Amino acid sequence: MIHLVNIIWLILLAGGFLAAFLTGEVEQTTQAAFDSASYAVELGLGLIGIYTLWLGLMRVAEKAGLIKAFSKKIAPVLRLLFPEIPASSQAMGAMSMNIIANVLGLGNAATPLGLNAMKELQKLNHNRKSPSDAICLFSVINTSSIQLIPATVIALRNAAGSANATEITGTTLAATFCATVTGITAVLILRRLNRWRGKQ
Amino acid sequence: MIVIVEVLSRFAIPVFILFILGYGFYKKVAVYEVFLEGAREGFTTVIRILPYLVAMLVAIGVFRNSGAMELLFRFIAPLTNLLGIPAELLPLAFMRPLSGSASIGMLAELLKIHGPDSYLGRTASTMIGSTETTLYTASIYLGSVGIRDTRYILIAGLLSDLIGFLSSIVICTLIFGR
Repeated sequence: MIHLVNIIWLILLAGGFLAAFLTGEVEQTTQAAFDSASYAVELGLGLIGIYTLWLGLMRVAEKAGLIKAFSKKIAPVLRLLFPEIPASSQAMGAMSMNIIANVLGLGNAATPLGLNAMKELQKLNHNRKSPSDAICLFSVINTSSIQLIPATVIALRNAAGSANATEITGTTLAATFCATVTGITAVLILRRLNRWRGKQ
Repeated sequence: MIVIVEVLSRFAIPVFILFILGYGFYKKVAVYEVFLEGAREGFTTVIRILPYLVAMLVAIGVFRNSGAMELLFRFIAPLTNLLGIPAELLPLAFMRPLSGSASIGMLAELLKIHGPDSYLGRTASTMIGSTETTLYTASIYLGSVGIRDTRYILIAGLLSDLIGFLSSIVICTLIFGR
């Protein structure tokens, strides 16, 4: 079975080059391919510093017992979403740190903490090639925004000379809520559907 | 309100770091040594996600620079017009799941052209604030643990983005008027 990501990737690349023949932007497109590849590595090099910093700080937080304390605070919600993950496991602690960083809008901390949680979730995953139910749900929660205050957007609006840069906070929260609930519901429905299909 | 947000976004990270280190020291953790222990993983994590970064960014770069995106929008504009979705917001909605920096750049441009306090400016701001870079995030998250099978993650993530966009349009129309 071919996964969706292959199709999306192929459409972007093949569609792009085919369109380049139509629009005549062949050289520019080829250059874009090479430039993007170099940029990806540059971006990665920049990420190494940030990831190193946050993963180091997280180890300190873990040793100090902070992660356990934090995860107890949001345990009721997480336990509801991830009943198969033991409440006192490393995975639960790592997930709660990622969710706290997301909600607080600590953008560059959220991803390294999320990858840390993925590592712990993968340790509990029996089939290492295929994402477990918990990995699927955790990934989808991270692909939808759950931050309380859209700080980046507010800063952009302020820079653009808005009379009331923060007025979109309420509408953003409402839309975020709709999007996140949709994501979680979709996971729960698709999970059932897959299991039902597997049984047939 | 803007002052509170500004103070929050300026102080959130330093306070967070200070709190972790201060509390660690209070709990008699060897903060420097323990920091280094954890920090070692930063390098290997990035090396693991690098191929996924290259694959995604090259595909997005080619699609954007070839003119394929404009062709696509010319093709689907009649349909979205019928649904009352402003054509100006289509590129933003399409780019959002793919690339954070590109979609933020598009938002900045929209704010400059139409003004941050216009219907389009407010709706575009809400759209960006309420969604994430789904494809990029999913590929990095799964890539970091060596999983290539995405199961239903992308369908659920993209569906969540779609509802985020549509509800942004509906909510902004209701709250701010068109």
